[in-house]
Amino acid sequence: MITKIAIETIQLLIVGLGAPLLVGLVRRVKARLQGRRGAGVLQPYADLRKLLAKEAVVSETTSWIFRFTPYLLVATMLLSALLVPLLTTRTPLGFLGNIIVLMYLFLLGTFFLALAGLDAGSAFGGMGSSREMAVAALAEPTVMIAIFAMALRVGNTELDEIVRRGATDSLLLLTPGHLLAFLAFFIVALAETGRLPVDNPATHLELTMIHEAMVLEYSGRYLMLIEWAAGMKLLIFLALLSNLFFPWGVALTVTPAAVAVACVALVLKVGALAVGIAMLETAVAKLRLFRLPALLSGSFALALLAVVSFLFVK
Amino acid sequence: MRALLRKIWTTPVVAEPLAPADDDRQIEAMARQVDARAQRLFGRSLHIREVDAGSCNGCELEIGALNNPYYDLERFGMHFVASPRHADCLLVTGPVTRNMADPLKRTYDATPDPKIVVAVGDCARDCGIFAGGYGVVGPVSAIVPVDVVVGGCPPTPQLILAGILAALDRRGTFQRIHPTDGPIA
Repeated sequence: MITKIAIETIQLLIVGLGAPLLVGLVRRVKARLQGRRGAGVLQPYADLRKLLAKEAVVSETTSWIFRFTPYLLVATMLLSALLVPLLTTRTPLGFLGNIIVLMYLFLLGTFFLALAGLDAGSAFGGMGSSREMAVAALAEPTVMIAIFAMALRVGNTELDEIVRRGATDSLLLLTPGHLLAFLAFFIVALAETGRLPVDNPATHLELTMIHEAMVLEYSGRYLMLIEWAAGMKLLIFLALLSNLFFPWGVALTVTPAAVAVACVALVLKVGALAVGIAMLETAVAKLRLFRLPALLSGSFALALLAVVSFLFVK
Repeated sequence: MRALLRKIWTTPVVAEPLAPADDDRQIEAMARQVDARAQRLFGRSLHIREVDAGSCNGCELEIGALNNPYYDLERFGMHFVASPRHADCLLVTGPVTRNMADPLKRTYDATPDPKIVVAVGDCARDCGIFAGGYGVVGPVSAIVPVDVVVGGCPPTPQLILAGILAALDRRGTFQRIHPTDGPIA
Protein backbone atom coordinates (compact mmCIF):
# COMPACT_ATOMS: atom_id res chain seq x y z
CA MET A 1 0.00 0.00 0.00
CA ILE A 2 2.76 2.38 1.02
CA THR A 3 4.74 1.65 -2.15
CA LYS A 4 1.63 2.24 -4.27
CA ILE A 5 1.02 5.62 -2.68
CA ALA A 6 4.71 6.44 -2.99
CA ILE A 7 4.77 5.65 -6.72
CA GLU A 8 1.68 7.73 -7.43
CA THR A 9 3.10 10.59 -5.37
CA ILE A 10 6.35 10.48 -7.32
CA GLN A 11 4.41 10.50 -10.60
CA LEU A 12 2.38 13.52 -9.46
CA LEU A 13 5.53 15.35 -8.37
CA ILE A 14 7.35 14.58 -11.64
CA VAL A 15 4.46 15.85 -13.75
CA GLY A 16 3.43 18.77 -11.53
CA LEU A 17 6.86 20.12 -10.68
CA GLY A 18 8.70 18.95 -13.79
CA ALA A 19 6.37 20.59 -16.30
CA PRO A 20 7.71 24.17 -15.92
CA LEU A 21 11.26 22.82 -16.08
CA LEU A 22 10.48 21.04 -19.36
CA VAL A 23 9.00 24.21 -20.87
CA GLY A 24 12.05 26.15 -19.67
CA LEU A 25 14.38 23.56 -21.19
CA VAL A 26 12.72 23.71 -24.61
CA ARG A 27 12.87 27.53 -24.56
CA ARG A 28 16.48 27.55 -23.43
CA VAL A 29 17.62 25.13 -26.14
CA LYS A 30 15.70 27.09 -28.76
CA ALA A 31 17.32 30.34 -27.60
CA ARG A 32 20.77 28.76 -27.80
CA LEU A 33 20.07 27.41 -31.31
CA GLN A 34 19.05 30.93 -32.35
CA GLY A 35 22.35 32.34 -31.08
CA ARG A 36 20.69 33.94 -28.07
CA ARG A 37 21.45 33.50 -24.42
CA GLY A 38 17.81 33.11 -23.44
CA ALA A 39 16.28 32.90 -20.01
CA GLY A 40 17.37 30.20 -17.57
CA VAL A 41 15.57 26.86 -17.49
CA LEU A 42 13.93 27.91 -14.22
CA GLN A 43 12.28 30.97 -15.78
CA PRO A 44 8.79 29.37 -16.09
CA TYR A 45 8.72 28.88 -12.29
CA ALA A 46 9.25 32.63 -11.83
CA ASP A 47 6.56 33.34 -14.43
CA LEU A 48 4.03 31.07 -12.73
CA ARG A 49 4.84 32.44 -9.30
CA LYS A 50 4.36 35.99 -10.53
CA LEU A 51 1.04 35.17 -12.22
CA LEU A 52 -0.18 33.57 -9.01
CA ALA A 53 0.50 36.80 -7.10
CA LYS A 54 -1.24 39.01 -9.64
CA GLU A 55 -4.80 40.21 -9.76
CA ALA A 56 -7.14 38.31 -12.08
CA VAL A 57 -9.10 40.53 -14.45
CA VAL A 58 -12.26 38.75 -15.58
CA SER A 59 -14.59 40.14 -18.21
CA GLU A 60 -18.11 40.93 -16.98
CA THR A 61 -19.65 39.03 -19.88
CA THR A 62 -18.15 35.67 -18.96
CA SER A 63 -20.02 32.81 -17.30
CA TRP A 64 -18.89 30.15 -14.82
CA ILE A 65 -17.26 28.19 -17.65
CA PHE A 66 -14.52 30.82 -17.93
CA ARG A 67 -13.59 30.50 -14.23
CA PHE A 68 -14.10 26.73 -14.08
CA THR A 69 -11.98 25.75 -17.10
CA PRO A 70 -8.50 26.45 -15.64
CA TYR A 71 -9.26 24.23 -12.63
CA LEU A 72 -10.66 21.52 -14.90
CA LEU A 73 -7.53 21.61 -17.06
CA VAL A 74 -5.22 21.19 -14.09
CA ALA A 75 -7.45 18.48 -12.62
CA THR A 76 -7.50 16.43 -15.85
CA MET A 77 -3.74 16.72 -16.21
CA LEU A 78 -3.07 15.65 -12.62
CA LEU A 79 -5.50 12.76 -13.05
CA SER A 80 -3.71 11.74 -16.25
CA ALA A 81 -0.44 11.84 -14.32
CA LEU A 82 -1.86 9.15 -12.05
CA LEU A 83 -2.93 6.91 -14.94
CA VAL A 84 0.06 6.88 -17.27
CA PRO A 85 2.89 4.39 -16.72
CA LEU A 86 5.66 6.93 -16.11
CA LEU A 87 7.91 4.76 -13.95
CA THR A 88 6.59 1.21 -13.69
CA THR A 89 4.40 -1.17 -15.65
CA ARG A 90 2.39 -1.62 -12.48
CA THR A 91 0.96 1.85 -12.12
CA PRO A 92 -1.24 1.49 -9.01
CA LEU A 93 -4.16 3.46 -10.46
CA GLY A 94 -3.59 2.15 -14.00
CA PHE A 95 -6.72 0.02 -13.69
CA LEU A 96 -8.84 3.20 -13.66
CA GLY A 97 -8.34 3.86 -17.30
CA ASN A 98 -6.72 2.71 -20.48
CA ILE A 99 -5.29 4.81 -23.27
CA ILE A 100 -8.75 5.62 -24.63
CA VAL A 101 -9.80 7.12 -21.29
CA LEU A 102 -6.56 9.12 -21.24
CA MET A 103 -7.10 10.59 -24.70
CA TYR A 104 -10.63 11.62 -23.84
CA LEU A 105 -9.44 13.22 -20.61
CA PHE A 106 -7.20 15.40 -22.75
CA LEU A 107 -10.07 16.07 -25.11
CA LEU A 108 -12.34 17.08 -22.21
CA GLY A 109 -9.84 19.82 -21.35
CA THR A 110 -9.61 20.87 -25.00
CA PHE A 111 -13.40 21.02 -25.24
CA PHE A 112 -13.76 23.22 -22.16
CA LEU A 113 -10.88 25.45 -23.23
CA ALA A 114 -12.62 25.99 -26.58
CA LEU A 115 -15.83 26.90 -24.73
CA ALA A 116 -13.90 29.28 -22.48
CA GLY A 117 -12.35 30.89 -25.56
CA LEU A 118 -15.85 31.61 -26.85
CA ASP A 119 -17.12 32.71 -23.44
CA ALA A 120 -15.72 36.23 -23.30
CA GLY A 121 -17.10 36.93 -26.77
CA SER A 122 -13.87 38.39 -28.17
CA ALA A 123 -13.14 37.87 -31.85
CA PHE A 124 -9.77 36.20 -31.33
CA GLY A 125 -11.09 33.81 -28.70
CA GLY A 126 -13.76 32.47 -31.06
CA MET A 127 -11.24 32.18 -33.86
CA GLY A 128 -8.85 30.23 -31.63
CA SER A 129 -11.65 27.93 -30.48
CA SER A 130 -12.78 27.11 -34.01
CA ARG A 131 -9.19 26.36 -35.04
CA GLU A 132 -8.51 24.24 -31.98
CA MET A 133 -11.64 22.19 -32.67
CA ALA A 134 -10.63 21.75 -36.31
CA VAL A 135 -7.17 20.53 -35.29
CA ALA A 136 -8.60 18.30 -32.55
CA ALA A 137 -11.10 16.76 -34.98
CA LEU A 138 -8.32 16.02 -37.46
CA ALA A 139 -5.92 14.70 -34.83
CA GLU A 140 -8.32 12.47 -32.98
CA PRO A 141 -8.76 9.70 -35.60
CA THR A 142 -4.97 9.50 -35.84
CA VAL A 143 -4.61 9.10 -32.10
CA MET A 144 -7.18 6.32 -32.01
CA ILE A 145 -5.77 4.46 -35.02
CA ALA A 146 -2.17 4.78 -33.77
CA ILE A 147 -3.30 3.42 -30.41
CA PHE A 148 -5.11 0.54 -32.07
CA ALA A 149 -1.95 -0.28 -34.01
CA MET A 150 -0.16 -0.86 -30.73
CA ALA A 151 -3.12 -2.37 -28.91
CA LEU A 152 -3.67 -4.94 -31.70
CA ARG A 153 -0.13 -6.20 -31.37
CA VAL A 154 -0.39 -6.53 -27.61
CA GLY A 155 -4.02 -7.58 -27.61
CA ASN A 156 -4.83 -5.05 -24.91
CA THR A 157 -5.55 -1.32 -24.65
CA GLU A 158 -4.10 -1.04 -21.13
CA LEU A 159 -1.12 1.32 -21.16
CA ASP A 160 0.76 -0.75 -18.59
CA GLU A 161 0.40 -3.87 -20.72
CA ILE A 162 1.60 -2.14 -23.91
CA VAL A 163 4.67 -0.76 -22.13
CA ARG A 164 5.38 -4.11 -20.46
CA ARG A 165 5.24 -5.99 -23.76
CA GLY A 166 7.58 -3.45 -25.34
CA ALA A 167 10.02 -3.66 -22.43
CA THR A 168 10.14 -7.46 -22.43
CA ASP A 169 10.01 -8.08 -26.18
CA SER A 170 12.60 -5.75 -27.70
CA LEU A 171 12.02 -7.03 -31.26
CA LEU A 172 8.55 -5.54 -31.06
CA LEU A 173 10.14 -2.08 -31.10
CA LEU A 174 11.56 -2.70 -34.57
CA THR A 175 8.38 -3.82 -36.30
CA PRO A 176 7.22 -1.46 -39.04
CA GLY A 177 3.88 -0.99 -37.32
CA HIS A 178 5.62 0.30 -34.22
CA LEU A 179 7.81 2.78 -36.12
CA LEU A 180 4.90 4.04 -38.23
CA ALA A 181 2.74 4.43 -35.13
CA PHE A 182 5.55 6.39 -33.47
CA LEU A 183 5.72 8.87 -36.37
CA ALA A 184 1.94 9.25 -36.42
CA PHE A 185 1.76 9.71 -32.67
CA PHE A 186 4.64 12.21 -32.68
CA ILE A 187 2.93 14.44 -35.26
CA VAL A 188 -0.31 14.26 -33.31
CA ALA A 189 1.51 15.07 -30.07
CA LEU A 190 2.89 18.22 -31.73
CA ALA A 191 -0.63 19.19 -32.80
CA GLU A 192 -2.22 18.42 -29.43
CA THR A 193 0.36 20.33 -27.40
CA GLY A 194 0.39 23.33 -29.75
CA ARG A 195 3.98 23.12 -31.02
CA LEU A 196 5.41 24.01 -34.40
CA PRO A 197 4.63 23.38 -37.25
CA VAL A 198 0.97 23.30 -36.13
CA ASP A 199 0.93 26.21 -33.68
CA ASN A 200 3.69 28.58 -32.61
CA PRO A 201 3.88 28.74 -28.80
CA ALA A 202 6.02 31.92 -28.95
CA THR A 203 3.87 33.93 -31.33
CA HIS A 204 2.52 37.42 -30.67
CA LEU A 205 0.41 37.56 -33.82
CA GLU A 206 -3.22 36.95 -32.97
CA LEU A 207 -4.04 36.04 -36.56
CA THR A 208 -1.76 32.98 -36.51
CA MET A 209 -2.61 31.74 -33.03
CA ILE A 210 -4.48 28.60 -32.10
CA HIS A 211 -3.96 27.71 -28.44
CA GLU A 212 -2.81 31.18 -27.40
CA ALA A 213 -5.86 32.85 -28.98
CA MET A 214 -8.20 30.95 -26.67
CA VAL A 215 -6.39 32.08 -23.52
CA LEU A 216 -5.95 35.77 -24.47
CA GLU A 217 -8.66 36.74 -21.98
CA TYR A 218 -7.10 34.95 -19.01
CA SER A 219 -4.98 36.70 -16.40
CA GLY A 220 -3.51 36.21 -12.97
CA ARG A 221 -4.00 32.85 -11.27
CA TYR A 222 -6.30 31.55 -14.05
CA LEU A 223 -3.55 32.10 -16.61
CA MET A 224 -1.07 30.48 -14.26
CA LEU A 225 -3.25 27.35 -14.04
CA ILE A 226 -3.66 27.20 -17.82
CA GLU A 227 0.05 27.59 -18.51
CA TRP A 228 0.88 25.02 -15.87
CA ALA A 229 -1.65 22.60 -17.39
CA ALA A 230 -0.22 23.18 -20.87
CA GLY A 231 3.24 22.34 -19.55
CA MET A 232 1.92 19.19 -17.89
CA LYS A 233 0.21 18.14 -21.12
CA LEU A 234 3.49 18.48 -23.00
CA LEU A 235 5.29 16.47 -20.33
CA ILE A 236 2.67 13.70 -20.31
CA PHE A 237 2.71 13.44 -24.10
CA LEU A 238 6.51 13.26 -24.20
CA ALA A 239 6.54 10.72 -21.37
CA LEU A 240 3.92 8.63 -23.20
CA LEU A 241 5.92 8.81 -26.42
CA SER A 242 9.11 7.78 -24.67
CA ASN A 243 7.58 4.98 -22.60
CA LEU A 244 5.29 3.51 -25.27
CA PHE A 245 7.87 3.52 -28.03
CA PHE A 246 11.18 3.39 -26.15
CA PRO A 247 10.32 1.53 -22.93
CA TRP A 248 13.94 1.34 -21.78
CA GLY A 249 14.49 1.61 -18.06
CA VAL A 250 10.83 1.30 -17.09
CA ALA A 251 10.58 -0.67 -13.85
CA LEU A 252 8.97 -4.07 -14.36
CA THR A 253 9.04 -4.80 -10.65
CA VAL A 254 8.30 -2.32 -7.90
CA THR A 255 11.59 -2.10 -6.02
CA PRO A 256 13.19 1.19 -4.91
CA ALA A 257 16.25 0.59 -7.10
CA ALA A 258 14.19 -0.17 -10.22
CA VAL A 259 12.00 2.90 -9.62
CA ALA A 260 15.08 5.09 -9.16
CA VAL A 261 16.51 3.81 -12.47
CA ALA A 262 13.11 4.42 -14.09
CA CYS A 263 13.13 8.04 -12.82
CA VAL A 264 16.55 8.69 -14.34
CA ALA A 265 15.59 6.96 -17.59
CA LEU A 266 12.39 9.00 -17.84
CA VAL A 267 14.24 12.28 -17.28
CA LEU A 268 16.83 11.37 -19.94
CA LYS A 269 14.25 10.22 -22.51
CA VAL A 270 11.92 13.20 -22.03
CA GLY A 271 14.92 15.55 -22.05
CA ALA A 272 16.11 14.07 -25.34
CA LEU A 273 12.63 14.44 -26.87
CA ALA A 274 12.46 18.05 -25.60
CA VAL A 275 15.78 18.85 -27.28
CA GLY A 276 14.44 17.17 -30.43
CA ILE A 277 11.33 19.37 -30.34
CA ALA A 278 13.46 22.49 -29.84
CA MET A 279 15.58 21.54 -32.88
CA LEU A 280 12.48 20.80 -34.95
CA GLU A 281 10.95 24.14 -33.98
CA THR A 282 14.14 25.91 -35.01
CA ALA A 283 14.27 24.14 -38.37
CA VAL A 284 10.65 24.37 -39.55
CA ALA A 285 8.28 27.27 -40.01
CA LYS A 286 4.66 27.26 -38.96
CA LEU A 287 2.40 25.68 -41.56
CA ARG A 288 -0.28 27.78 -43.11
CA LEU A 289 -3.58 26.90 -41.44
CA PHE A 290 -5.03 25.43 -44.63
CA ARG A 291 -2.02 23.15 -45.01
CA LEU A 292 -2.63 21.57 -41.60
CA PRO A 293 -5.16 19.00 -42.87
CA ALA A 294 -2.45 17.72 -45.23
CA LEU A 295 0.00 17.21 -42.34
CA LEU A 296 -2.57 15.62 -40.07
CA SER A 297 -4.04 13.39 -42.75
CA GLY A 298 -0.47 12.36 -43.52
CA SER A 299 -0.09 11.28 -39.92
CA PHE A 300 -3.46 9.51 -40.20
CA ALA A 301 -2.16 7.61 -43.23
CA LEU A 302 0.91 6.56 -41.23
CA ALA A 303 -1.29 5.33 -38.41
CA LEU A 304 -3.47 3.42 -40.85
CA LEU A 305 -0.39 1.81 -42.41
CA ALA A 306 0.72 0.82 -38.92
CA VAL A 307 -2.56 -1.05 -38.42
CA VAL A 308 -2.41 -2.62 -41.89
CA SER A 309 1.17 -3.75 -41.31
CA PHE A 310 -0.04 -5.70 -38.31
CA LEU A 311 -2.05 -7.91 -40.66
CA PHE A 312 1.00 -8.60 -42.82
CA VAL A 313 3.83 -8.77 -40.31
CA LYS A 314 2.62 -11.16 -37.66
CA MET B 1 18.56 20.62 -42.42
CA ARG B 2 22.26 19.61 -42.32
CA ALA B 3 23.36 22.99 -43.58
CA LEU B 4 21.16 24.67 -41.01
CA LEU B 5 22.57 22.59 -38.17
CA ARG B 6 26.13 23.30 -39.31
CA LYS B 7 25.32 27.01 -39.41
CA ILE B 8 23.88 26.85 -35.88
CA TRP B 9 26.92 24.92 -34.68
CA THR B 10 29.39 27.46 -36.05
CA THR B 11 27.48 30.55 -34.92
CA PRO B 12 28.38 31.62 -31.39
CA VAL B 13 25.98 33.28 -28.97
CA VAL B 14 25.70 36.76 -30.42
CA ALA B 15 23.84 38.32 -27.50
CA GLU B 16 26.01 41.18 -26.23
CA PRO B 17 26.37 42.12 -22.60
CA LEU B 18 24.44 45.32 -22.29
CA ALA B 19 26.49 48.49 -22.36
CA PRO B 20 25.48 51.28 -20.02
CA ALA B 21 22.82 53.33 -21.78
CA ASP B 22 24.31 56.09 -23.93
CA ASP B 23 22.62 58.88 -22.11
CA ASP B 24 20.96 58.21 -18.80
CA ARG B 25 19.57 61.72 -18.69
CA GLN B 26 16.98 60.58 -21.22
CA ILE B 27 15.31 58.45 -18.55
CA GLU B 28 13.01 60.18 -16.10
CA ALA B 29 11.45 58.20 -13.31
CA MET B 30 8.12 59.73 -12.43
CA ALA B 31 6.88 60.31 -8.91
CA ARG B 32 4.65 57.22 -8.83
CA GLN B 33 6.79 54.37 -7.55
CA VAL B 34 6.16 50.69 -8.01
CA ASP B 35 5.76 49.04 -4.62
CA ALA B 36 8.54 46.83 -3.37
CA ARG B 37 6.58 43.58 -3.56
CA ALA B 38 5.74 44.04 -7.23
CA GLN B 39 9.34 45.02 -7.92
CA ARG B 40 10.55 41.80 -6.40
CA LEU B 41 8.04 39.75 -8.43
CA PHE B 42 8.76 41.55 -11.69
CA GLY B 43 12.47 41.40 -11.07
CA ARG B 44 12.51 37.80 -12.27
CA SER B 45 9.65 37.82 -14.74
CA LEU B 46 8.18 40.72 -16.66
CA HIS B 47 5.67 40.41 -19.47
CA ILE B 48 5.42 43.43 -21.69
CA ARG B 49 2.57 44.66 -23.85
CA GLU B 50 3.46 47.21 -26.51
CA VAL B 51 0.85 49.87 -27.21
CA ASP B 52 1.25 52.12 -30.23
CA ALA B 53 -0.85 55.16 -29.36
CA GLY B 54 -0.07 56.97 -32.60
CA SER B 55 3.65 56.61 -33.16
CA CYS B 56 5.48 56.91 -36.50
CA ASN B 57 6.79 53.36 -35.92
CA GLY B 58 10.35 54.57 -35.39
CA CYS B 59 10.15 53.53 -31.73
CA GLU B 60 8.57 50.20 -32.76
CA LEU B 61 11.61 49.38 -34.87
CA GLU B 62 13.85 49.92 -31.84
CA ILE B 63 11.49 47.96 -29.58
CA GLY B 64 11.41 45.15 -32.14
CA ALA B 65 15.21 45.09 -32.00
CA LEU B 66 14.99 44.11 -28.33
CA ASN B 67 13.78 40.68 -29.47
CA ASN B 68 16.69 39.98 -31.79
CA PRO B 69 19.62 37.78 -30.76
CA TYR B 70 21.88 40.80 -30.23
CA TYR B 71 19.81 42.47 -27.51
CA ASP B 72 17.97 39.27 -26.46
CA LEU B 73 15.36 40.63 -24.07
CA GLU B 74 14.44 37.12 -22.96
CA ARG B 75 17.63 36.66 -20.93
CA PHE B 76 16.35 39.25 -18.44
CA GLY B 77 13.19 37.20 -17.90
CA MET B 78 11.13 39.57 -20.03
CA HIS B 79 9.09 38.94 -23.09
CA PHE B 80 6.37 40.50 -25.17
CA VAL B 81 2.85 39.16 -24.86
CA ALA B 82 -0.18 39.34 -27.11
CA SER B 83 -2.78 40.51 -24.62
CA PRO B 84 -2.90 43.25 -21.97
CA ARG B 85 -4.44 40.62 -19.66
CA HIS B 86 -1.10 38.76 -19.71
CA ALA B 87 0.99 41.89 -19.23
CA ASP B 88 2.79 43.45 -16.27
CA CYS B 89 4.21 46.39 -18.15
CA LEU B 90 2.78 48.62 -20.85
CA LEU B 91 5.30 50.07 -23.28
CA VAL B 92 3.50 53.04 -24.81
CA THR B 93 4.85 54.90 -27.83
CA GLY B 94 3.78 57.97 -29.78
CA PRO B 95 1.72 61.04 -29.04
CA VAL B 96 -1.71 59.84 -27.98
CA THR B 97 -4.02 60.43 -30.92
CA ARG B 98 -7.75 60.98 -30.56
CA ASN B 99 -8.56 57.53 -31.92
CA MET B 100 -6.12 55.80 -29.58
CA ALA B 101 -6.86 57.69 -26.33
CA ASP B 102 -9.79 55.44 -25.43
CA PRO B 103 -8.13 52.15 -26.46
CA LEU B 104 -5.06 53.15 -24.41
CA LYS B 105 -7.19 53.83 -21.35
CA ARG B 106 -9.03 50.54 -21.83
CA THR B 107 -5.76 48.65 -22.31
CA TYR B 108 -4.55 50.12 -19.02
CA ASP B 109 -7.78 49.02 -17.30
CA ALA B 110 -7.52 45.52 -18.81
CA THR B 111 -4.04 45.02 -17.39
CA PRO B 112 -4.14 43.23 -14.03
CA ASP B 113 -2.57 44.96 -11.00
CA PRO B 114 0.24 45.45 -10.14
CA LYS B 115 1.41 47.05 -13.37
CA ILE B 116 3.92 49.58 -14.64
CA VAL B 117 3.77 51.97 -17.59
CA VAL B 118 6.86 53.03 -19.54
CA ALA B 119 6.40 55.83 -22.07
CA VAL B 120 8.90 55.42 -24.92
CA GLY B 121 10.15 58.21 -27.14
CA ASP B 122 9.98 62.00 -27.32
CA CYS B 123 6.42 61.85 -28.67
CA ALA B 124 5.24 59.84 -25.68
CA ARG B 125 6.99 62.33 -23.37
CA ASP B 126 5.70 65.61 -24.76
CA CYS B 127 4.17 64.88 -28.19
CA GLY B 128 7.50 65.74 -29.91
CA ILE B 129 7.10 67.26 -33.36
CA PHE B 130 3.40 66.43 -33.32
CA ALA B 131 2.67 68.72 -30.35
CA GLY B 132 -0.39 70.87 -30.98
CA GLY B 133 -1.55 68.77 -33.95
CA TYR B 134 -5.32 68.58 -34.38
CA GLY B 135 -5.34 64.79 -34.10
CA VAL B 136 -3.23 64.69 -30.94
CA VAL B 137 -4.75 64.56 -27.44
CA GLY B 138 -1.50 64.88 -25.50
CA PRO B 139 1.42 62.96 -24.05
CA VAL B 140 0.92 59.49 -22.57
CA SER B 141 0.86 60.88 -19.03
CA ALA B 142 -2.29 62.82 -19.93
CA ILE B 143 -4.20 59.55 -20.36
CA VAL B 144 -2.67 56.95 -18.02
CA PRO B 145 -0.31 57.16 -15.01
CA VAL B 146 3.29 56.81 -16.22
CA ASP B 147 6.15 55.33 -14.16
CA VAL B 148 9.14 56.01 -16.37
CA VAL B 149 9.65 58.13 -19.47
CA VAL B 150 12.37 57.21 -21.97
CA GLY B 151 13.26 60.13 -24.20
CA GLY B 152 14.87 60.01 -27.64
CA CYS B 153 13.70 60.05 -31.24
CA PRO B 154 13.85 57.12 -31.38
CA PRO B 155 15.54 55.88 -28.18
CA THR B 156 18.07 53.08 -28.63
CA PRO B 157 17.08 49.55 -27.56
CA GLN B 158 19.61 49.84 -24.71
CA LEU B 159 17.91 52.99 -23.49
CA ILE B 160 14.45 51.38 -23.65
CA LEU B 161 15.70 48.38 -21.66
CA ALA B 162 17.38 50.71 -19.16
CA GLY B 163 14.06 52.54 -18.83
CA ILE B 164 12.16 49.33 -18.08
CA LEU B 165 14.81 48.35 -15.55
CA ALA B 166 14.65 51.81 -14.01
CA ALA B 167 10.95 51.26 -13.41
CA LEU B 168 11.87 48.10 -11.53
CA ASP B 169 14.80 49.77 -9.79
CA ARG B 170 17.16 47.19 -11.28
CA ARG B 171 19.82 49.37 -12.84
CA GLY B 172 22.66 47.15 -11.64
CA THR B 173 21.09 44.01 -13.10
CA PHE B 174 23.43 43.46 -16.04
CA GLN B 175 26.48 43.05 -13.89
CA ARG B 176 24.64 40.59 -11.69
CA ILE B 177 23.40 38.48 -14.57
CA HIS B 178 26.68 38.27 -16.45
CA PRO B 179 29.39 39.19 -13.96
CA THR B 180 32.21 37.97 -16.21
CA ASP B 181 31.20 40.05 -19.21
CA GLY B 182 32.74 43.48 -19.22
CA PRO B 183 30.71 46.30 -20.70
CA ILE B 184 31.35 46.82 -24.41
CA ALA B 185 32.65 50.15 -25.58
